Amino acid sequence: MEFKDYYTLLGVERDATQTEIKRAYKKLARKYHPDVSKEANAEDRFKEIGEAYEALKDPEKRAAYDQLGKNWKSGQDFNPPPDWDAGFEFSGGGFTGNEADYSDFFESLFGQGFGSAHAGRQQHSYNARGEDHHAKVLIDLEDAYNGATRSITLQSPALDKSGHVFNKQRTLNVKIPKGVKQGQRIRLSGQGSEGMGGAPAGDLYLEIEFKPHNIYRVDGHDVYLDLPLTPWEAALGASVKVPTPNGPVDLKIAEGTKSGRKLRLKARGIPGKPAGDLYVVAQITLPAADSEAAKEMYQKMQQELAYNPRSALGV
Amino acid sequence: MTQQILKGTLLNEQAELTLNDLCCACSRPAEWVIELVEVGALEPINYQQPQWIFSGDSLQKVQTAMRLQRDLNVNLAGVALALELLDEIDSLKSQLCRFELNDDI
Repeated sequence: MEFKDYYTLLGVERDATQTEIKRAYKKLARKYHPDVSKEANAEDRFKEIGEAYEALKDPEKRAAYDQLGKNWKSGQDFNPPPDWDAGFEFSGGGFTGNEADYSDFFESLFGQGFGSAHAGRQQHSYNARGEDHHAKVLIDLEDAYNGATRSITLQSPALDKSGHVFNKQRTLNVKIPKGVKQGQRIRLSGQGSEGMGGAPAGDLYLEIEFKPHNIYRVDGHDVYLDLPLTPWEAALGASVKVPTPNGPVDLKIAEGTKSGRKLRLKARGIPGKPAGDLYVVAQITLPAADSEAAKEMYQKMQQELAYNPRSALGV
Repeated sequence: MTQQILKGTLLNEQAELTLNDLCCACSRPAEWVIELVEVGALEPINYQQPQWIFSGDSLQKVQTAMRLQRDLNVNLAGVALALELLDEIDSLKSQLCRFELNDDI
């Protein structure tokens, strides 16, 4: 298990006041909230700072954490010393009982055994209908074009006969309809928690997430592709083969195409009503001057083409 | 283990959700969803009718609203503002992507 430096995570000094800690957390929480931030690791960062704040906002937990010493470095292999929290008084809030998903490091410090007083796990209010569940399903962009069947494995906590919590696994085969978009949900009726006393089961909501693709980018129902071109294809015009998630097509490149120029292939984005478009972005690439013949060719261009790409810069 | 293939409902703009569906899906009371409608963060398809119906993509909005309120301690008017600004950022980004478009084929 790795030691986590909660002060560094929040960007505060070890002697920061509770107000400073709160301020730092609030600012970072707004910055990395997964619904607001577009950064790739926002969700992990948000969890980390939430955990750091959970440990430091409570003066008792913070004092116990500080007691561990300043000698630990972030990432160092860590095991809490036995009885490390002995000698601290806790006012009943010792046990962190909400359902947030904290790191092993946090659990080892502030999990069930922390402090002497155990506040019970909060029970959800009684609800006869089974609870709805939510899960993410990762699909390929091609699945959105063609539809697919995906097998997903879900884990949910359940009680065994002796009342212990264990992770129950189940596998579902789910049809992914053609035309799904990033972030859309699929509702599977009756696949949530079982109802109580004969009431209906809850539903399962699957959130669609596209796996990052090595050549395409997706924006809503539009798809973008960077298309490398040779200087002569771009300068003279050409007909080139372009991949699309539906298979390759021939694309006419106009004479004098510049790098960054976008070409729209109508209705070749994610299918639907209306269908998205596929945007092909021209990227002009240079052949390397790695042979005598290639060098000569470049030298010839240098001599024969009076080309100054910096004329607009006045030099 | 079942080999049956489950076919769910895709919650796109054409799908319909009831007030109860939204409440169950985000474990929030009806009053909370109604308040979201009152602050203008959420729009039923049939505002004038007694039984509200919401489009399928409302679920994303409601869940985002729930998380913003829970994690950032924003009130519902603030949630409505954040949702509007997030929508605007998204549409500006898409416009920016398309702005440099030179050619239609």
